[in-house]
Amino acid sequence: MSFEPKIVAFLCNWCSYAGADLAGVSRAKCAPNVMSIRLMCSGGLEPAFVLKAFKEGADGVLVCGCNLGDCHYIDGNYKTLMRMTLLKKLTRQLGIEEPRIRLQWVCASCAEDFVSAVNKITEDVRALGPYRQNKVEVGSGSAIS
Amino acid sequence: MSSLKGKPDEDIKIGVYVCHCGHNIASTVNVEEVAQHAKGLENVSVARDYLYMCSSKGQNLIRQDIMQLGINRVVVAACSPRLYEQTFQNVLRESGLNPYLLQIANIREQCAWCHEHGPLATEKANRLVSGAIKRVIHHSSIEEQTVPIFPATLVIGGGIAGIQAALEIANSQQIVYLVEREPSIGGHMAQFDKTFPTLDCSACILTPKMNEVARSPYIRLMTYSEVVDVSGYVGNFTVKVRRKARYIDEDKCVGCGICIEKCPWSTDSEFDADLGLRKAVYTPFPQAIPNIPVIDRERCVYFLKGKCKACEKFCEAQAVNFQQEDLYIDLQVGAIIVATGYDVFDPTPISQYGYGNLPNVFTSLEFERLCSPSGPTAGQLKLADGREPKSLAVVHCVGSRDQNFNAYCSRVCCMHSLKYSHLFKEKTGGEVYQIYIDMRCAGKAYEEFYERVQGEHVNFIRGKLASITPDMSDSVDEEKLVLTCEDTLLGNIINVTVDMVVLGVALKPRSDSEKVAQILRLGRSRDGFFMERHPKLDPVATMSEGIFIVGCCQGPKDIPDTVAQASAAAARALAMVVRGKMDTGAITASIDENICSACKVCSALCPYGAIFFDETSNVSRVNRILCKGCNVCGAACPSGAISTRNFSETQILAEIEGVLV
Repeated sequence: MSFEPKIVAFLCNWCSYAGADLAGVSRAKCAPNVMSIRLMCSGGLEPAFVLKAFKEGADGVLVCGCNLGDCHYIDGNYKTLMRMTLLKKLTRQLGIEEPRIRLQWVCASCAEDFVSAVNKITEDVRALGPYRQNKVEVGSGSAIS
Repeated sequence: MSSLKGKPDEDIKIGVYVCHCGHNIASTVNVEEVAQHAKGLENVSVARDYLYMCSSKGQNLIRQDIMQLGINRVVVAACSPRLYEQTFQNVLRESGLNPYLLQIANIREQCAWCHEHGPLATEKANRLVSGAIKRVIHHSSIEEQTVPIFPATLVIGGGIAGIQAALEIANSQQIVYLVEREPSIGGHMAQFDKTFPTLDCSACILTPKMNEVARSPYIRLMTYSEVVDVSGYVGNFTVKVRRKARYIDEDKCVGCGICIEKCPWSTDSEFDADLGLRKAVYTPFPQAIPNIPVIDRERCVYFLKGKCKACEKFCEAQAVNFQQEDLYIDLQVGAIIVATGYDVFDPTPISQYGYGNLPNVFTSLEFERLCSPSGPTAGQLKLADGREPKSLAVVHCVGSRDQNFNAYCSRVCCMHSLKYSHLFKEKTGGEVYQIYIDMRCAGKAYEEFYERVQGEHVNFIRGKLASITPDMSDSVDEEKLVLTCEDTLLGNIINVTVDMVVLGVALKPRSDSEKVAQILRLGRSRDGFFMERHPKLDPVATMSEGIFIVGCCQGPKDIPDTVAQASAAAARALAMVVRGKMDTGAITASIDENICSACKVCSALCPYGAIFFDETSNVSRVNRILCKGCNVCGAACPSGAISTRNFSETQILAEIEGVLV
């Protein structure tokens, strides 16, 4: 059986979730591999959520927030941007390949942005294959460069 | 990361309800299989599928199961929670369950509608339902809260927006504080000569409203005053207002104007866009409300050199008081309406237009003052050398629709440019050229006004102006201006020679709007204007509960739209004040005092200032009324002490587990 990636998406309630809903309303077809989890704000995404998803068997994680400047909570998505930049440094050291984590701004009327982000990460992760945990032994020294 | 093992003690009984939504879901997802899958999961007592869960029959299924089977958690797998979450919450509420013991799995918009029919769509629906089931186990009851509303409203800004809002509230016999920074209310509208498209005189329609403000027993007018701080929250704001020293006793002054007459010192009049002069003691314009002058400390010779006091000598009412100091007062209000207006774009940076160097290039606001009978030229159009202009060019979109300055359209400039054509023709009978990119005359009777002006032999040139230069040819002895622009309809570069140019400058956010946004905790959109709660469905409210935005501080708009928005905001404020209380959101953060390590990371991040530090017990605490539940604090808390109700770490981690099983 061919490999079907499992991807978790974290969407902010106000823009991205509405954008993802709009994709459905417009009957825009996208890969069925992405399971959305609704947050109030992308700035409320705890880095632990991303790590937890990989621990539970996800092959990729998509994080979506409002466009910069459009955050429902004034500037929550700037905090997301900073947090994701730091988190990616950590996940790289953990051996999680770069394309497995994707940050995408999706406005409430940007259904196409959501659909293309879903398709892109699905294809990227499909090409990488399943995420195998603990490829890098913690404490072996090689994880931290 | 807190442990997932700590499940609630009670016996969890979950009811799962999978909706067919007619064929909407059922044609793509095998809904019976989803219900069957749910049945086999931990804590699930009952799982059903039904044609339309949102119908009254569907809702009754849930009600019956809660009553008869003792279901104490509900998962509805149906359309987006953005559509029917409240409906199903009400079902729980009516059945005696807390509405937050519900979780929606969105298997329509984010599954059935965006995937092809097949096993993958059903598998995804199963995963989404599993996630909801795992999550709902960790749901707990949340008490919704109401806050009392103090029966007074603050309106910031006394332009037409603020005046209208204040009058609407006062006419309902509710108290309004109207705070205006300038010595008089009136705002930009008081500076205009005529208003489009009807050409009624701006002062004629505005001054009756200004007088009404002065007369109303329900309006506490504070001019020459600024809001310096706002604390508290919806229903109970404390507002600190700085009442700048007028150096004239408002209670004693009778408004005779003798002080102004006798003052020997003059300076540029801001009201006349610096084209005319005013005294050091002044009212901005003759119809000022209140009709009480202020002494400009920066210009008054007594303050500068310690000698003069001419005003004091002549004031029979003995109202002049050079010892007056700024006064800070605290107001208590339940709601705030922000009507701070706009600034006009300064075209100096567009050096090719020569504004500031070429004396006969004016901005639109300057032209308004030149046209006004109360303006510096008493309504006579005059060039710098005193001649009457015989030709005029009106340039559209100066600083608007321009990627170098402001990308947005300022909305009013096409119409006021047409108005200038008409006024110029009326006053001088001369030639008028409109240099426009697109004519945007959307509004009641606007297109008709455009047609009227077209019929008045105005030259319309479609193109962007490249430059304005002085006419250097020898044939003319009078000073002329040459405008070089592309006529995109002719496909030529053309030169137009005129006496006078008006630049239709952009409306911009106030230069201090960032500071005001901080004081009021408002968001700003990319263009810098204050951000509304929803661009279409709630363009009056803001994300700060109890604070409303009206007029051009929200975005450029004309007078009719401003007045309509002001009335809408007044209605919203009245709805709160008259009811005396309001419900606030249930989804808010809470801090576990036993875990909080007092690092204060959270309070620095909170966009609403909802977290304060309790010095006595050395922990941070959340003000539930201010908190909007974004969980930015929770995501940052290094101790894991913060949890947002209904979006807690435990709940999200459980949902992640569920969708990945």
